[in-house]
Amino acid sequence: MNNYLISGSPHIHGWESTKKIMYSVVIALMPAFLFSIYYFGFDAIRVTLISVAACVLIEWLIQKFLIKGPCTIADGSAIITGILLAFNLPSNIPAWMIIVGAIVAIGIGKMSFGGLGNNPFNPALVGRVFMLISFPVAMTTWPTPRPLLGDAWTDAITGPTLLGHLKEGISQGISANDLMVFENVQELIYSGSLGETGSLAIIIGGLFLILRKVIDWQTPVVIIATVALIATACWLIDPVHYVNPMIHIFSGGLLLGAFFMATDMATSPMTINGKIIFAIGVGALTIIIRLWGAYPEGMSFAILIMNAFVPLINKVCKPKRFGKPVK
Amino acid sequence: MNPKKTFPIGGVHPEENKLSSDKPIITFPIPKQVIIPLGQCLGAPADAIVKKGDEVKVGQIIGTAKGFISANVHSSVSGKVTKVDEIMDHTGYRKLAVFIDVEGDEWLEGIDTSDTLVKEITLSREEIINRVKDHGIVGLGGATFPTSVKLTIPKDKNAEFVLINAAECEPYLTCDNRLLLEKQNEFLVGVKILMKAVDAPKAIIGIEANKKKAAKQLHKIIKEDKYFKGIKVQLLQTKYPQGGEKQLIKACTGREVPSGKLPIETGCVVVNVASTYAIYEAVQKNKPLISRVVTVTGKSVKNPSNFMVRIGTSSTELIEAVGGLPENTTNIINGGPMMGKSVSVSEFPVIKGTSGILMMTDKEAQPRQAGNCLRCGKCVNVCPMGLEPYLLCRMAKNNMFEETEANYIMDCIECGSCEFTCPANIPLLDYIRYGKNKTGQLIRSRNQK
Repeated sequence: MNNYLISGSPHIHGWESTKKIMYSVVIALMPAFLFSIYYFGFDAIRVTLISVAACVLIEWLIQKFLIKGPCTIADGSAIITGILLAFNLPSNIPAWMIIVGAIVAIGIGKMSFGGLGNNPFNPALVGRVFMLISFPVAMTTWPTPRPLLGDAWTDAITGPTLLGHLKEGISQGISANDLMVFENVQELIYSGSLGETGSLAIIIGGLFLILRKVIDWQTPVVIIATVALIATACWLIDPVHYVNPMIHIFSGGLLLGAFFMATDMATSPMTINGKIIFAIGVGALTIIIRLWGAYPEGMSFAILIMNAFVPLINKVCKPKRFGKPVK
Repeated sequence: MNPKKTFPIGGVHPEENKLSSDKPIITFPIPKQVIIPLGQCLGAPADAIVKKGDEVKVGQIIGTAKGFISANVHSSVSGKVTKVDEIMDHTGYRKLAVFIDVEGDEWLEGIDTSDTLVKEITLSREEIINRVKDHGIVGLGGATFPTSVKLTIPKDKNAEFVLINAAECEPYLTCDNRLLLEKQNEFLVGVKILMKAVDAPKAIIGIEANKKKAAKQLHKIIKEDKYFKGIKVQLLQTKYPQGGEKQLIKACTGREVPSGKLPIETGCVVVNVASTYAIYEAVQKNKPLISRVVTVTGKSVKNPSNFMVRIGTSSTELIEAVGGLPENTTNIINGGPMMGKSVSVSEFPVIKGTSGILMMTDKEAQPRQAGNCLRCGKCVNVCPMGLEPYLLCRMAKNNMFEETEANYIMDCIECGSCEFTCPANIPLLDYIRYGKNKTGQLIRSRNQK
């Protein structure tokens, strides 16, 4: 007599899998990647490939020789960390710095906690912030972008990002309006880290993830709304010292962070209410750092700080229980 | 008909795979031998009252209920008892069963075997409940809870609605759908009987939108015949677990059964379609529960079908009748794929709770490698009870049963939506079932002190 498989119900499984989720995110990052190639040329490919290869390799090495567990690189999460780390770097960053960042991101940010899903902080941001503190000059000097099909490419010209330019100008007492008529301001709009400049490309990727139900729409929308609200209030009160809120929304790492990093499953709350609280925190911290902090950009710090609050948020924000006894 | 309704939180939508929904019910030939297990309900098994060599007739009682939550067992055939012995039933446990060799088809006197529809209900409330009890009727949706217990309303409670669970939200199963299409009148009289038995002025038939044809037919009959006044057809969104008792009550009446309480708290008595039909037969035709509709199906099955089967018929015969066991079968499920039980052998007797025999191929039922929890929260989103499956799973794994209790593990209805949806293939429900079991022990031992 044949013996059949005995298993507990349910006996069927839905179409979701870790791999499908991870590779959806990789696909969603592609429009922004193409945009970065258009603006930063070959360097965009160089930085991204080095970062991805380093992240995947480090995860493989740690899994094989330190943890001695099954190979996990195929799940695609190291690829995402690699791409996101690259997207947070200037295009002219030296290769060895990228590798150091990847070691920190994967080794400390992810694997030391037990790998995928166990990390309390977003690994790519752990790597990025480590690099920002360790290599402050290299991490804050951006080559002025030249469209691939435009003028001849030269990486000799470097400059600040628009937010950096504004921050420095305002701290020197120049009015926001004057700063915006700065002759090179057009170029500065696209200056920045690899993946954060193509706003439209990021939004397209984000919408894909929302439609594919990998991320919820609330997190990005609430982050952007919170930033917009505070920035608009400040701008209305004091237009001399505060810039148009649209600049805050469409420049810097806000969109990339809102769609791709604050929505990271492992490091964001479980329930939708929790996600909204988390998103308000990210948005508020970002704009506070940008307007009153020492850095022109605050997205990375904001997300990392809020990551630390996730266990607490999970404890407070429970799902609505069915059949709760009426007291 | 009213617009579609649904339960408010969670739920999933598995592939429906209702392969046999257009296949009329075929009366399955009486087998040469039947094996009738004595424990066919949720509760104590019946005591055998026949022995080797006894002659039995169709409908004759062969096992008497032992205790309050237990049900009588009747012979589904006429013939000679060859032995009363242990067999391995669909759960994999060895249980006592009565083996009967079939001779002819001689029914017990007083059972009406004709197809004539009897509309007039002559029995009183008590007589109906006693009849349901004597004739061994249990919940035929799969849980097999003795129906008479359900119909006995506590003195301080009032039944307002009879809710008929016609959701059939399990993929693959079509037995209830076919009954609704082919035996609508009998079914509706059954609903009237239930209304009388529990003294409820209203009845709602909750039916998923993928059974529109059946819903329309019922609606038409109710509208045209004043006799069926008080019965309402309620279309429900096709979403699993729409047929969960608490979900169905919420969807149809907007009322929420409080945690740990029974449906009667909300004035509802919920009965499944097949049970309603069995109640009609018991009350109007004096026919005990000796047969049921079984869906025999699977993606690789040649001819998925619905059979009216005598209880105790071997699954092997049913499987042969649909074209044999497909070669690549890895799992055989007694019931539906979401809540049914997998069996280790292809030969087991059909019992009262066998709503379907599902043969699954290696492609569908491959055991999956569980990965790390991504903390994606999908299990939280789909849980229809508003629980946190990932958390309960982790706590149960670490034997933290006070914590599982504080996180309402006992509310879990074991629908499996969490495990179905988990991208990391974590066997969430296996851990939660274990946690429920242990938490239940903890609560019981505390109550004893």
